[in-house]
Amino acid sequence: MHFDLTEDQKEIKRVARELLAARSSFARVREAAEGGAQYDPALWDELRQLGWPGIAVAEEHGGQGLGAVELAVLLEELGYACAATPFLSTAAAAAAIQACGSDAQRSRWLPALASGEATAGIGTRALCADGVGAAVLVLLERPSGEAMLVTGADCASLEAIDPTRRYATVSGGDGEPLGTGGAGAVAAGDRIRAAIAAEVVGVAQRALEMTLAYVKERRQFGVPVGSFQAVQNRCAQMLLETESSRSTALFAAWAADAAPERLPEASALASAAAADGGRSVTASAIQAHGGIGFTWEADVHWLYKRAQLDAALLGGARQHRARLASLAAARVG
Amino acid sequence: MDLTFNADEVAFRDELRAWLEANPAGTPPHGDEDAHYGWRRDWQRRLADGGWAAVHWPAEHGGRGATLTQSAIFYEQLAAAGAPLPANVLGLLLAGPTIMTWGTPEQQERYLVPILTAEEIWCQGFSEPDAGSDLAALKTRAVKQGDEWVITGQKVWTSMAQYAKWCMLVARTDADAPKKHQGLTYFLLDMEQDGVEIVPLKQITGESEFNELFLDGARVPDANVLGGVGNGWKVALTTLMNERSGLAFFLQVRMRQLLDQLISEAGERGLLDDPVVADKLGELHLRCEVLRLTAYRGLTAIETYGQPGPEGSLTKWMWSDTNQQLTQLAADILGPEALTNGAPWAFELLRARGNSIEGGTTEVLKNIVAERVLGLPRLR
Repeated sequence: MHFDLTEDQKEIKRVARELLAARSSFARVREAAEGGAQYDPALWDELRQLGWPGIAVAEEHGGQGLGAVELAVLLEELGYACAATPFLSTAAAAAAIQACGSDAQRSRWLPALASGEATAGIGTRALCADGVGAAVLVLLERPSGEAMLVTGADCASLEAIDPTRRYATVSGGDGEPLGTGGAGAVAAGDRIRAAIAAEVVGVAQRALEMTLAYVKERRQFGVPVGSFQAVQNRCAQMLLETESSRSTALFAAWAADAAPERLPEASALASAAAADGGRSVTASAIQAHGGIGFTWEADVHWLYKRAQLDAALLGGARQHRARLASLAAARVG
Repeated sequence: MDLTFNADEVAFRDELRAWLEANPAGTPPHGDEDAHYGWRRDWQRRLADGGWAAVHWPAEHGGRGATLTQSAIFYEQLAAAGAPLPANVLGLLLAGPTIMTWGTPEQQERYLVPILTAEEIWCQGFSEPDAGSDLAALKTRAVKQGDEWVITGQKVWTSMAQYAKWCMLVARTDADAPKKHQGLTYFLLDMEQDGVEIVPLKQITGESEFNELFLDGARVPDANVLGGVGNGWKVALTTLMNERSGLAFFLQVRMRQLLDQLISEAGERGLLDDPVVADKLGELHLRCEVLRLTAYRGLTAIETYGQPGPEGSLTKWMWSDTNQQLTQLAADILGPEALTNGAPWAFELLRARGNSIEGGTTEVLKNIVAERVLGLPRLR
């Protein structure tokens, strides 16, 4: 039992943190957001050159040959930076096709997605991240939860409250099940949600750190507001929710490759924890920042908005709690 | 990252499982608290005979030198088998390790084996009426007389005092020390003497797990000072640091079993299709799993870095919150039958209120998280 990143994975995390701190400051995120979610092309080029989009794609298809945990590590850091790139959709779609697609689907899509020459969209027809301009969409069907590969669809830009990412609604297009459909295609959805949950962990971690820095600095009544117990308790709660999301997101990423039979439950755990936890932690960040937290000028709202849209992409916590309840009931018998 | 047990851990678990199957704890005697305790004492003797009473102790003292993960496995398996905690749990988890850390060779020789075999039960004399979370405020005094110390004061929340031969007692030996956590000394107090009066404390469940301890001229020889005069705060911290690590896994499995039972009873009433009930049960399942996963992350952190990470401070708080939520949901789902005197759910509901107080209140845990983990400034 070793429930922590390996040294190599920690190294990936460290490199990603440093790179994104240099290349994707909040000033850059703001530029992208205020430009109508025009992604930062220089940043995307750099991520492509580093091979990040293909992190969980096999080397034979031009990827790095690593797995879901390494993908989760990168996603946490991109969430932490709230970076404006099509990374989540492209890398998560590629990882799902790699793990669950047919040989033909892999050969057709993975080289272009792994290199970042093409991008993908993920989500549902009602809410698809990065659908506009994507070469392929991985859409989750309701209520079966099966993932479909959709091409040639009409993607209409959706002006979501999160301007750091592009969203779309989808109509039409040609669809085929991922892999042979059925359980494999459902597992693809679980993998994609595990990836989104990993991003949320980074979003929450950033919100927590920004809040701690602020409440240590901001003084009222002659003392830092972070010395007030009500503020401290809020921060402790933020830590609890962030770490709860982290425990389940790591479990889901690990299960995806190492224990696929546990993935359905692990993914539901991660989704439920992240969907509610991300929203709650980032809402607390706004509150703890006081008046400044409610201004467009402060950066916490990017995180809050990302957490809201990530929760929506996850399908909301409630359906995952329902799934967990039925899994638990089946076990009790 | 590997969330499976390694070969040693699997071997440990399988050997333990086989032993527990061959040596079932049996059904607890009903009603009588003394008989129930006798059953747990007998259980510990059997564990000791099988070499399982103190797996986390080093082999030289009769343990198995188990790793933290193996120790977690031990408590998980114990709970999973429906077996009780060994009777001398405070001796095994608190007194023993503290004596191993601070005791002289003579003290280790004298005390450790009877702890293991449950021949001598231990209790913990830390909390006082005016020193709960603020332990260093304790007032019980020890005054030197010849080669003895004379103890006067009051302790409270002393579980198992009525069965205990020994008490881990912290008392003030220097009233003039500049800071209140200085001037404390840790004693090994013989409970079987005049000057020690035990008064059961009736709790909201109607049971008496705990006692008040009145000390009026109780005597402790010099040889029973642990860790040196004036060093009591440090020795007490050793005890307290041990307190939170072992039991967590036992309690977590017990909570899981309680949730499974609630799911089963909800199913019998056809309530699993009620979306509100399913939502709440799903949330509890999530919380139980978060607790389990986070507890394992904590073990890895301690095994890797020698100290818990930020997640380590959270599990007690998560557990108490979840257990309270779970038992409250049982009352919602099952109605008056869960609120009837003598009903197991009624007991669980009431007992759970203690969870967020015993072993550190949730409020103080949040303060500790804020100050020590998050580095926020203190204002007290």
